[in-house]
This record gives sequence, structure tokens and C-alpha cells, in this order.
Amino acid sequence: MRLARLSAAAAALTSVGAIALAQDTRKEIEKYQRMISDASPVELFELEGEALWKKKQGPKNASLEQCDLGLGAGVLKGAYAHLPRYFGDADRVMDLEARLLHCMITLQGRTRDEATKRVFGNEDKLSEMEYLSAYVAGQSRGVKMAPGMAHPKEQAAFELGRKTFFYRAGAWDFSCASCHGEEGKRIRMQDLPLLFKPEYARPVVATWPAYRVSNSQFKTMQWRLNNCYQQMRYPEPNYASDLTVALTLFLTATGEGEPYRGPGTKR
Amino acid sequence: MIRSTLSGTLLALAACTSVTIGEPPKLSERDLDEVYSALKRDFHARGIATMSRIEPDAAQRICNLHRDNPPAELAKPIEEAQLKAIQFPAGDLLGDWKRGQRIAESGIGMQWTDKPGPGGGSCYNCHQLSPQQESHGTLGPSLLAFGKVRGKGPEMQRYAYGKIFNAKAYNLCSQMPRMGHSGTLSEQQIKDLVAYLLDPASPVNR
Amino acid sequence: MADPMKIRAVLKGDTVDVRVLMNHPMETGQRKDGGGNLIPLHFIQEITVRLNGKTVIESQISQAVSRNPVFSFRVKGAKAGDKLQISWLDNKGDRNSTETVIG
Repeated sequence: MRLARLSAAAAALTSVGAIALAQDTRKEIEKYQRMISDASPVELFELEGEALWKKKQGPKNASLEQCDLGLGAGVLKGAYAHLPRYFGDADRVMDLEARLLHCMITLQGRTRDEATKRVFGNEDKLSEMEYLSAYVAGQSRGVKMAPGMAHPKEQAAFELGRKTFFYRAGAWDFSCASCHGEEGKRIRMQDLPLLFKPEYARPVVATWPAYRVSNSQFKTMQWRLNNCYQQMRYPEPNYASDLTVALTLFLTATGEGEPYRGPGTKR
Repeated sequence: MIRSTLSGTLLALAACTSVTIGEPPKLSERDLDEVYSALKRDFHARGIATMSRIEPDAAQRICNLHRDNPPAELAKPIEEAQLKAIQFPAGDLLGDWKRGQRIAESGIGMQWTDKPGPGGGSCYNCHQLSPQQESHGTLGPSLLAFGKVRGKGPEMQRYAYGKIFNAKAYNLCSQMPRMGHSGTLSEQQIKDLVAYLLDPASPVNR
Repeated sequence: MADPMKIRAVLKGDTVDVRVLMNHPMETGQRKDGGGNLIPLHFIQEITVRLNGKTVIESQISQAVSRNPVFSFRVKGAKAGDKLQISWLDNKGDRNSTETVIG
């Protein structure tokens, strides 16, 4: 075995820094994104998520292994790609995080307060929800996105999500469409996909939850909606509430059919 | 053979009750009520972001009902009412363009994570302004050489001030936030932005 | 002391594809805290990879690498059952080490 001496430049070590780039260096951004995806820590977060899925917790001292994510108790393969969907036992449409929360409460006997104490983590430590989301989502790699759209409550949720997407409110009179409603626009240097059109929604729904390289954080769709509303100058959405699920269903259904690529890597 | 035709028929029936994808909806009064109720139920106040922010006003209501393109007879009265409500300061409306630049660059203020009081204008989120700042958005029109092209006379100062204070007084369904009307920016801050736009010494005009 | 490293090692033929996440603040010594004081330099200086006890990679990195580095590399000549050990040493003399069996 040859001894290999490597310098920091040669080793595939991720390094971040605020990079200010002009319009014509878009190619460099794409190259950077590819390099970053190659050495992403996402799969390592999935390992941690797997450990948490199997860990006995709560007053009932139970793991989440019997959690039914829509395809049967404990069935993980493809489950994420079929969310959000209606669940009879809760009589509501749920996204991944709402369903995980449901299982933490019903299977593990935990309270909503305790289970949602720290739903959004940071660069030092992801939240339990974030690790679990990485793990569960990773089990849908290659499966076509197919959220529930047959049940009346699923269709009602889709319609509510769609209406909300275009509804202007808040201190700055913004709707989602204020930024995501016109082709070819960007906010600062961040391109804005036209999320109500399938060709734009598809690559987006196929890559969430995601690792954001610039701040070393792993983020879920609940966080993404929360952060949008913060910047839109609204009050704060309730975690895993019906309206947040409705929006996620609207976006996922718009991107329906796209093979899920696994948790993504973003700027 | 029969089995596959049957499942094909069932799939077709499922598709018949399908929803519209790819098109913005036409919202009715009832739709507005439904979304408003959902917002009230599923949002909560945090920090300076209170629930009063989701109470609809006339401008939001008309724009929501008409996909941001209302008939003139509905839009005009509301635009005029908003124009009347703009508090124009007395005297010169040109502030300090150097302060204006900082306000234009700043993206904080008015969020539930921010402290109370004036924050930034977030102007570069949507607009090009100074030619040196490449990191700008394209949601709004470019404001490059704004003052150079239009001059800095009192009429233009008033127009720029008014637009920043309440863009919807000029175009009811503009996507531009109402920076003065919403309490985002103070009178002095808007004057500083007017200077950033109109002052010949400002980088916007050089 | 640091958290255990998360490691993923996938064997393809005789090459093992390894990805390891090292928890470390990787302070450049140039950042300031809330009180305006400089946060001291604190970074991983050396990373060593051993296969069955024999050193196969020895690397030196600097504070230019960002927090929680991900080290991704391939080692040829590996087989199932081999022990892969990754260890690091930082500028304060702290160490961390993780071992995994290639499956």
C-alpha cells in the first residue's frame, strides 16, 4: 500500500466561504454544486437517522420501527415518495414530518411539546426530525414522486395549497407567487423556480430535504416553508399544520412523476 | 385482458376527479375566506410579527380577486385613497445617499427574528441599482442611472418618495412592498433612498 | 472531546469508497464572538487513515477548511473484513479516532 500524502487542495474536503459571483459565472456555480454533491455528508446524516428510527424512546420505551408512513407499518422503501397523503387513523393529510410526529406521540408516548422542542437544528447538531427525514427520504431514492391525490381530503388539501400559493397577505403583501410566479426571475443571486409549473417543480420536489453547503445545515420542507414566511414578513406558521401540509402537497403533486434523487445538496 | 382494461378504466375515473396543475386559479370571495381562515388557524404571532399582518386590506382583496389585474374602475379609487394617505414630509426630500446605500443593501427588519423599529429596505433583493453591485435580483425593474435619466427636481423627488412609501398608490397590484405604509422604513430612511436614486453623486448615477 | 465520526465505507471490487464526517468547529482564528473578541484558532491539522493498522493516507489540512469537514476518498486493495481506522489531531492536541470493519 503506497503512502499517500495529500494536501488540503487535493483531498476531497468540502470547504465553504461566501462567494460573490456575477451572472456570467453560473457555470462555475454548477461545477461547484456537482463537486459538493460528490462529497456530501447527507448519507452520514441518514446513518444517524437510522439509529434514531431504531432507538427506544418515550414513556412507552418504543422505537419508530412500527411507524406506518403510508405503505404499511415499518415499510420505508418508497414511503417518502408517496407523501403527503391522507391517513385514516389521524383523519388528516400528513407530510413526512407530521407523520413522524404522529408516530412519536402514538408509538412512543411522547408529547407534542417535547417532540417539537427543537425541530430545526444547526450546523453543530441536526434536530432529531432532520436526521429522521434524511433517513426516511433516502429510502425513496429512484422512486417516482406520487403523493396522495385520490381521497377527497387530499384533493381539498391540494386546492387549499394552490389557492394559498397565489394569495397575497402579510406586511409586504406577498404570496408565494410574488417570487415564484414569473419565469426567469431571481432574488439577489438565487434563481427562483416557477413552482406552480411541473417542469420547475419536478427537480425541486426530487431534492428535498436538503443539505445547504454554505451554512453546513440540513433542512426539511417544514423549515423551507417556515423560512419563506419569515422573509415574507408574515407571522410564523404552526409546525406540521394543515396549511403547511396543503402547500407541500400542492408542490409535490405539481412535481409528480419525477424520480426522487435522494436528499439534495444546495448552495 | 379484461383485468387490465378494468384497471385502466379505474385510473381514468381517478383522473376525471383530478385537479388543475400548472395554472393560477381564479379566486372567489369564498376562496379568500377559506385561505384567510386557514392562515388564522395555522399561524401564530412571534416577536414583532403579529397576527394583524394577515388581516386583509382593500388593495390585497381586490388584487387577490382579480389575479393582480383588476378592472380600472375597481383599482383607481383604492389607488387614489392610498395616494392621499401618503405622508409626504415638508421641504426637501433628498436625504443622504451614503446612508441610502446601506438601507438598500440591508435585508433585515420586519421579520419575527428582528427587533422592533426601522430596518432595511431589501432593495437589492429585487432591483439593480448601483452598477458596481452585481449581486442584485431581477424581480423588479433595473434602477440603474435612475436620477441621471430623470433629474432630481421636486416633482421627481415626490414621485420617488411616494413610490417607496406606497408603490400600490401608483399601481394597485404592484409586487413592491409598501415600505412606508407598512412601517418598514422611517421618513428619514426613505429620504436617504430618494437621494440614493436621484443624487448625481450617488453610485446609481455615476 | 468530539462526537464520534460518522463513517460510510462501501466496497466495490477491491476498492473501498469511504466518506467520513468529522465534527469540528474549524475556527480560522479570525472570527469574532458576540462580545467582539477573536475566537481562537482551533482546527484539525492531521488526518490519518490506516488499513489493518498500516497507514495508507497521511494528510495535513489547514484552517481554510470549513467546520465539520467531510473527507471522501478511495483505498485500493481492500477486502471484506479489513479494519479501516480514521484519526485526526488538532492544533490543541485533541484527538479523535473511529474504526469500522469493511463489509
